[in-house]
Amino acid sequence: MKKRYSAFAIAREAMRNHLGWERAWASPIPKAKYDAIIIGAGGHGLATAYYLGKNHGIRNVAILEKGWLGGGNTGRNTTIIRSNYLQDPSAAIYEKSRSLYETLSQDLNYNIMYSPRGVMMLAQTHHEVRGYQRTAYANALQGVKTEFISPRRVKELCPIMNIDGPRYPVLGALWQDRAGTARHDAVAWGYARACSDMGMDIIQQCEVTAIRREGGRVVGVDTTKGAIDCNKLGIVVAGHSGVLADMAGFRLPIESVALQALVSEPIKPCMDVVVMANTVHGYMSQSDKGEMVIGGGADGYNNYTQRGSFHHIEETVRALVETFPMIARLKMLRQWGGIVDMTGDRSPILSKTPVENVFINCGWGTGGFKAIPGSGWGFAELMATGHSPLTAEFGLERFREGRFVDESVAAGVAH
Amino acid sequence: MLTLHCPYCGIDADETELAPGGEAHLRRFGPGSSDDDFESYLFARENPKGVHFERWRHAYGCGKWFHAARCTATLEVFGTYPAQTTEPPQDIRDAISAKRPGWTWRTFA
Ligand SMILES: Cc1cc2nc3c(=O)[nH]c(=O)nc-3n(C[C@H](O)[C@H](O)[C@H](O)COP(=O)(O)OP(=O)(O)OC[C@H]3O[C@@H](n4cnc5c(N)ncnc54)[C@H](O)[C@@H]3O)c2cc1C
Ligand SMILES: [Zn+2]
Repeated sequence: MKKRYSAFAIAREAMRNHLGWERAWASPIPKAKYDAIIIGAGGHGLATAYYLGKNHGIRNVAILEKGWLGGGNTGRNTTIIRSNYLQDPSAAIYEKSRSLYETLSQDLNYNIMYSPRGVMMLAQTHHEVRGYQRTAYANALQGVKTEFISPRRVKELCPIMNIDGPRYPVLGALWQDRAGTARHDAVAWGYARACSDMGMDIIQQCEVTAIRREGGRVVGVDTTKGAIDCNKLGIVVAGHSGVLADMAGFRLPIESVALQALVSEPIKPCMDVVVMANTVHGYMSQSDKGEMVIGGGADGYNNYTQRGSFHHIEETVRALVETFPMIARLKMLRQWGGIVDMTGDRSPILSKTPVENVFINCGWGTGGFKAIPGSGWGFAELMATGHSPLTAEFGLERFREGRFVDESVAAGVAH
Repeated sequence: MLTLHCPYCGIDADETELAPGGEAHLRRFGPGSSDDDFESYLFARENPKGVHFERWRHAYGCGKWFHAARCTATLEVFGTYPAQTTEPPQDIRDAISAKRPGWTWRTFA
């Protein structure tokens, strides 16, 4: 059992030059066999392992990561958390996730800095006004608290915004007051520490290179650290889902593209909500360090390089300067990209696969950070029991059966 | 920035002039085909980490569709060719083989 983090622990360590902190997780060598292997130590993989242990008592688990944990999209995203989706299955899993975020710091004994500062999605065309009003009504029926607010209210909540732009004036916004942000690394680290504490093995620098099958079911994986056997396998690798599906011998309705983000130099607090402007393709929030965190649309072509095209950044920044004139002279500090796994209906896939005991959790695309706790919860249940009400509508068979969970028009931008 | 050579008007076009059109050489399955083929044609995509064939349109140029052979792991472009074909031409395949010995994409090599 790990020593708990607390105010008392900080005081104690301050008295002894911080020499008493333990490593947050162990780095073991892999065993020959596990009950379950999770490929990918991003937020979704780690959360899956955590709830396998916590909710289903499955603790003989390894999480295999080809790089370092949290180094994929989980450590590259702009951390917007919201649950104001249109379709019922989406609202269910995203709201489950958002509500788990509310108490995740206490649950994990790790400060993930959940900040329910409120998220607004601007309506800048009449079409968007109607779309967001519809979403607000749908959310009311789903029990997700959102409201459609007036331009005046938008200006009150975010005074630095220019709501009278010549081309796209702000006509209102969809507002969710318990939405917000969290510290992305801390979410991965907090789950990792809790998994390690339950006796699970997190094995970094361990790339899966083949999936071994016998008679249509999985028996293990080959990795850069040797062969490892397992009873069940969860593939949770975001942008690399197509590569792993290929190893397991099936195809996916997914394409991998680059999504970029950037942050400015830190400035004094000027904005305490998250703003998304989907018509002009840009969104922005201010981090606790004072940096303006900026994101936009994804690139349009397949890419595995974690580098995107410069003109997308230009477009995003152009739109945001129009919306927030005061940022025009800010210097940008860093820019980066992640490889996101896009499905046609812009909804995730949490599913059994054609290979027995191989499960896949992917397709979160540009918006899966917000879903980490809820996805882990549902996917663990699916892996442990073969069924989860949270994931039932997100199976691979929905494409064949024409039961899309169509969120493709609901955001229109990365988030 | 990605630059592709338009095989019609002969211009080296910047990405801002081009519109991406997704995977090339899809085989169309319609009425009478099996459910598996139809599903795979409509939804499943190749999504390789490496050699890939795509459709592009010279949207702000001559307006025509063409094909490109690219590497998604390095962003290297192997070549472009006109769209009136169901398979990549031999010179493109040779150009890829020279740089990626042993490559395959679906049944092409
Ligand atoms: C720029 C950007 C901004 C974003 N903004 C938001 C946002 O504001 N809000 C939001 O909700 N979402 C956002 N997202 C999306 C979000 O980041 C992702 O949906 C989410 O982090 C996916 O988590 P994951 O655990 O599935 O994947 P990842 O964190 O990418 O983890 C997958 C892991 O699998 C590993 N892996 C891959 N192949 C192998 C292999 N063969 N063997 C072993 N390991 C392997 C990878 O190294 C990686 O660590 C954004 C994404 C990007 C790129
Ligand atoms: Zn042309």
